[in-house]
Amino acid sequence: MAKYTIHVNGQKHTIEAEPDTPLLWIVRDTMGLTGTKFGCGMALCGACTVHLNGQPIRACITTIASLKSSARITTIEGLSSPADLAVQQAWIAEQVPQCGYCQSGQIMAATALLRQKANPSDADIDLAMSGNLCRCGTYPRIRKAIHQAAVLMKEQKNGDKK
Amino acid sequence: MSTTIATRRDFLKIMGQAGAVLAIGVSPVGSLLAGPRKLSLEDGAGGEVELNKFILITSDNKITIFNPRPEMGQGTWQSMPALIAEELGVSFDQIDIRMTAGAKRHGPQGVGGSASVRESWMPLRQVGAAAREMLVKAAANRWQVAENECFTENAKVLHRSSGKSFTFGELVADAAQLEVPQNPKLKDPKDFTILGKASLRPDIPMKVNGKAEFGIDVQVPGMLYATMQRCPVIYGKVMSFNESAVAAMPGVQAVFKSERKMLHKAVDGVAIVATNYWSALKARRALEIKWDNTGFENYSTEQYFAECRAKASQDGGTYPDVVGDVKAGFAGAAKVLEAQYETPFTAHAPIEPMNATVSVIGNKVEIWAPVQSSSGTIETIADYLGIPAENITIHVMFMGGSFGRKGYVDFVMEAAAISKKMQAPVKLLWTREDDMLNGPFRPGMLNAVKGGLDAAGNLVAWEHKIIGESIQHQAFQVDLKNGPDDWAAETVDQQTSPYEIPNRRQAFILNETLIPIVWWRSVYSSTNSFGQESFVDEMAHAAGKDPLDFRLAMVKNEPRWTALLHFLAEKSDYRAQRKAGKFVGIAIARSFGSSAAYAVTVSKKGTGVRIEKIVGVIDCGQYVNPDTVKAQTEGNVVMALSAALKPAVTFVDGQAQESNFHQFSILRLNKTPPMEIHIIENQEAPGGAGEPGFPPLAPALCNAIFLATGKRVRKLPFDLENVG
Repeated sequence: MAKYTIHVNGQKHTIEAEPDTPLLWIVRDTMGLTGTKFGCGMALCGACTVHLNGQPIRACITTIASLKSSARITTIEGLSSPADLAVQQAWIAEQVPQCGYCQSGQIMAATALLRQKANPSDADIDLAMSGNLCRCGTYPRIRKAIHQAAVLMKEQKNGDKK
Repeated sequence: MSTTIATRRDFLKIMGQAGAVLAIGVSPVGSLLAGPRKLSLEDGAGGEVELNKFILITSDNKITIFNPRPEMGQGTWQSMPALIAEELGVSFDQIDIRMTAGAKRHGPQGVGGSASVRESWMPLRQVGAAAREMLVKAAANRWQVAENECFTENAKVLHRSSGKSFTFGELVADAAQLEVPQNPKLKDPKDFTILGKASLRPDIPMKVNGKAEFGIDVQVPGMLYATMQRCPVIYGKVMSFNESAVAAMPGVQAVFKSERKMLHKAVDGVAIVATNYWSALKARRALEIKWDNTGFENYSTEQYFAECRAKASQDGGTYPDVVGDVKAGFAGAAKVLEAQYETPFTAHAPIEPMNATVSVIGNKVEIWAPVQSSSGTIETIADYLGIPAENITIHVMFMGGSFGRKGYVDFVMEAAAISKKMQAPVKLLWTREDDMLNGPFRPGMLNAVKGGLDAAGNLVAWEHKIIGESIQHQAFQVDLKNGPDDWAAETVDQQTSPYEIPNRRQAFILNETLIPIVWWRSVYSSTNSFGQESFVDEMAHAAGKDPLDFRLAMVKNEPRWTALLHFLAEKSDYRAQRKAGKFVGIAIARSFGSSAAYAVTVSKKGTGVRIEKIVGVIDCGQYVNPDTVKAQTEGNVVMALSAALKPAVTFVDGQAQESNFHQFSILRLNKTPPMEIHIIENQEAPGGAGEPGFPPLAPALCNAIFLATGKRVRKLPFDLENVG
């Protein structure tokens, strides 16, 4: 066991864990942030997607020891930027989730995309979202919701300027 | 812990033992309304009054509606309360929804067979209507007016002419003193404000912010984490293992031989219990188990399908709906065709792996689990542990997908056995590999179909044989010696495949396997329809007829299929001049009380095809939320494409070969074609929505491929980019 200090959703946590413990189990079981899900354990399904310094990563294969002290982790519970809220709003408007289990990961992938590209094309969406599996088959709605979130963000920006 | 779980008071339990107990079955309305239930305001911690078994109201007008049907993505979290709310006169933002917990008085509390809305349509509306009549009567009594001068809306009773109103909360104490009406008057569907209208699902906000609680998210005080190593050769027996070495690893609390109790057979496993899940997993990797694999070590799916093909010439057990004289029909036919269609074993693979948190301490049991039936799981665990059902409490959590899998609760029994040994609460979590390697799976099936045309190209003889293992036979030990499996003919029998053919016979030929099997989304329809609708298409081409016209000619006395096929033609522009290089295949199927049909457009691409567009239509009669019907059908399209195009489950040397999503893959977003779904409007009785969209997709796709390439796909899965 070793001691680690990590920053999750703007809060500093000191935890004790085996060095090879995946971040997934730290956020879920140690911190109780259960919005991040386990699906495959091999970075194949994307259910465990969180942000590391704004970039989407797979928490199931990211060990606690591999995180630098500068690492800033955001989970679904920590979403707060305008892009984040636009995505969540669009996800509700398009009624994307069915069972909902993969959707935290989908949303983390989508928010990372929209932070980089405010107006993503279908090809951008293909590239950013194809690592996230959905067994319920919500893909058509995910695509629509990302386009809608882009519109919401644009409207918000225009509104702010006025 | 979740606040969505009902806690019941003992005296209510005593008063309410009138319910039907079937996990899946139609509850008599009377049992849900049994009364009188003269309760006082003292009942319920928050001053809740139980107006009937599904409705609690506090004096300050907080309204709780119970949902008896577990939520796995199909929308019961909305649809069940909606049936009650519509008749009661409340809007969705005024209610708190709670899951029932398996109490007998709540009637059937399982989901499966796309049954929830069709079974609950009348009973739960009557539950809401009965409560409405009690509240109206209480108000009318106070105002000294006639009941028919009053109505309900937004959780109030209003007096029509004076505009006076009481909230439900102001009336509930009085209303609860009244007899529960046994035949309440239901709303005219034209007055519906909730049913049949697109609306936002109440579970979605918590599914976009990470707050929805799934089974895997349960944490209870003192909980330990468990994992179990089962034999890679499913029926292998544990001979020995390095118990002491593994027990000494960090965090490990116990290592012991345990078991997986399937419906047909219990098998060995080695359980590891630790203070955290990662320690349990690491210890499991260090396990060295000596297995005895005798008896199953050479088994393969190749062998299974070879056996199926060898049996295809048998007559099989004939279903009772024989039409005409099939032998004579074939003898008199001008042209006879035969073909076999093969569909693989496949995994449900919900993204949430199997898990259960169970506390067995002494003879008290508490369960937190993502399962398709609260009442059914209680019965199973009571039976398994030999503990009375009344000592068992269950909290049914959201399921992170299921598709039938979480209606098979081997994982809950595993957790119960481990917790019993530990005498502590234990969360057992399967890995993805556990899920894919151990099943139970959808059975692999072979469909052997034969058709005869007369000189005019009319289908005059038809024989469809379904060949494979039977779920009833394997899981429930149903003896099929005296007849065919009566579950297995959906989309193929006369009732669900209403083509008028003068000589017609359907049959089932059993081919046993030890590969564990169970129902999987749309069950046999998911495999039967591929044979049925592909072969109808083959016959249409053999007759030189357009496949749509060929079908329409055989359903002249089936107005709903006629209407649905015309609706499909309209929505897909089937009759319009095709653009060069575009080919449209169609298929139709009825299952679970509804019919669905697809028009799939493909274009040639190299040695294969590209799917340009999918247009789907569904006739599910009346429905709760059209957007949910569409979402379920979209989901069926995606799942059916995965089942048709992606690697399935194969066994070699007694072991499943596909362990995770790199081998058993499913469709990804970038390969999902554009699709649109349309619902045909009518006032027919509600049908299912969760499954009927699945069966006709693969045959419609393969029928399009035939038009584009001249190649007939008769085996799933196949490679879209190389159709041979």
